[in-house]
Amino acid sequence: MKKILILPILLTLLLNSAYAETPEEKGLAIVQEADQRDSGWTDQVADMSMTLKNKQGDSSNRVMRITTFEVPGDGDKSLITFDAPKDIKGTAFLSHTHSLTPDDQWLYLPALKRVKRISSSNKSGPFVGSEYAYEDLSSQEVEKYKYKWLRDETLNGRECFVIERFPQYEHSGYTRQIVWLDKEMYQPLQLEFFDRKNSQLKTLQFLDYKQYLDQYWRPDSMQMTNHQTSKSTTLSWTDYKFKNGLSDRDFDKNTLKRAR
Amino acid sequence: MRTFKQYLFLFLITFASAASYAGEWSGFAGLELRGFNQTAQDTRQDHDTNFSFVFEPEYFHEWDDGDQSIAFVPYVRIDEHDNERTHLDIRELTYLKVSERWELRLGIRKVFWGVTEFQHLVDIINQTDLVENLDTEDKLGQPMINLALINDWGTVDLFVMPYFRERNFPGTSARLRSIPETRQDRSQFESAAKEKHIDLAARYSHYIGDWDIGLSHFYGTSRDPRLLFSTDSGGNPFLIPFYDIINQTSADIQTTKGNMLWKFEALHRSGQGTTYNALAAGFEYTFVGIMDTALDLGVLSEYHYDDRDGLSTSIYEDDIAIGARLAFNDVQSSEALIGLVWDRDNGGKFFNIEASRRLGDSWLLELQGRFFLNQKRNDLAFSVSRDDYTELFLSYNF
Repeated sequence: MKKILILPILLTLLLNSAYAETPEEKGLAIVQEADQRDSGWTDQVADMSMTLKNKQGDSSNRVMRITTFEVPGDGDKSLITFDAPKDIKGTAFLSHTHSLTPDDQWLYLPALKRVKRISSSNKSGPFVGSEYAYEDLSSQEVEKYKYKWLRDETLNGRECFVIERFPQYEHSGYTRQIVWLDKEMYQPLQLEFFDRKNSQLKTLQFLDYKQYLDQYWRPDSMQMTNHQTSKSTTLSWTDYKFKNGLSDRDFDKNTLKRAR
Repeated sequence: MRTFKQYLFLFLITFASAASYAGEWSGFAGLELRGFNQTAQDTRQDHDTNFSFVFEPEYFHEWDDGDQSIAFVPYVRIDEHDNERTHLDIRELTYLKVSERWELRLGIRKVFWGVTEFQHLVDIINQTDLVENLDTEDKLGQPMINLALINDWGTVDLFVMPYFRERNFPGTSARLRSIPETRQDRSQFESAAKEKHIDLAARYSHYIGDWDIGLSHFYGTSRDPRLLFSTDSGGNPFLIPFYDIINQTSADIQTTKGNMLWKFEALHRSGQGTTYNALAAGFEYTFVGIMDTALDLGVLSEYHYDDRDGLSTSIYEDDIAIGARLAFNDVQSSEALIGLVWDRDNGGKFFNIEASRRLGDSWLLELQGRFFLNQKRNDLAFSVSRDDYTELFLSYNF
């Protein structure tokens, strides 16, 4: 009996040491779990408003509608349509993101009724003059980074995994990022960005998470602060809707051309 | 003209009924000031500055979960000196029905085809609103039935266009016009049906990986007329726009390789004098975040060719174009674009500068400069060789 009892204990010990996760493996496992928990929402529709503030406190607004389509095994598809500022109202941005190959992106210019395929290499550039780069807003696929678990830590009274991640995209504007991932929601609470010179560049805070369809956590607000310029951009999300019955057809060039 | 009035009546009825439904209005109103730095070639073009006011409201209403909608975009310009430039148009008045496999559009609208920047060679559905701007990017609304068939292997667009819109030419007192003047009231048509000739078009478009392709055929009234020399009873010369019935087959292709965009347009046209071919091809390369700033710098170059050998209705016969585009990526979306087109045949040059910047949340300030250098007497552009101008446009967007 003793032997039989000891065997599983030995096995467990052996397996544990075999699986004695490196920080890299632990980081990846946590992110895979987060990805797993946040899959199956199929499609998402939401309104987003952006408030851009500079050092002097002057502010400027952007309003847009964002629809996203989940593509299992690849990056998501998204369509962003601008409502404000009014001079770009109706301008729309269609993106078919991919984990490892370059994204496909098209821009619709309503004044000319022109659809333009655009370069997707511009991921590090500012999105509509804000403190967000395109790569900050695009679909966060597991394959886009390499990970390293650093420590567990409490942030704003919540238990978090702290994970360092390294962009695999060669034209990324960052050397690395540090994520505070909430242990209960498996969603980020804070993200720190380090520029190409590895200096701290920006901090993104995710605020007021709400749960939808008893599963998917989404923040009401996201605040990005640029430490080097003292500028900030706050995103406010409203009217999140999931599983709207959207299909690939809602993310094709024909649909882009209908943007209003 | 009766037909135009009938259209106008229809628009006003729709406008009135649209306004009484729920929906949304947007649009812009703007003031334009042009300054010319040389006196004109023709003494009747007797001004060096010109003011203009434009207003383009837009109504949009959708229902049926967005699968049905109507859009209405009237346009009006009031010009200080040119009676022809003072004009009213319906840019758009469309009913749209969307289904999984097709989209149907009925009414007046604008359609854009093509990929190149300096010239929109294959773009043919709409008539150019030439009194607006020499760049031919402003278009008159085109009445049509358009059915788009959406397949996994690409989209097929079919167009039936029951009414042709004549090109509007600047009036006698206007700068930036042909010399001698082109008289729209003397237009001639190859078809006995004139502007009621039914024009047809079909287009296949698709993308495969980083390739976007479009193949099109157009049969009907040429949008760009031949200009025939004539004289009136007093012996004064003028030009007659002559609209042939043409067949045009075209291709437009872009491939996107990282920061490099390769662009190609070509067409084959018959029915307008000799059968001819034309080409526009080039590239645009973007340097992202130059010198560790947020600025993007795009450099572009295109070659434009037309094998008619001097008989071309286009200014692009054997021309090399180069340009640079600077995007500041700032809060005000500041942008600047410069371009130079060089005619390899006769050395004529056209220099263009455009810049824009948002002021506050609702105002937009745009600067434009067009300069015609070393234009030769035998070139189409000679007419405007003394019409270099700088323009400021301030618009309120709502």
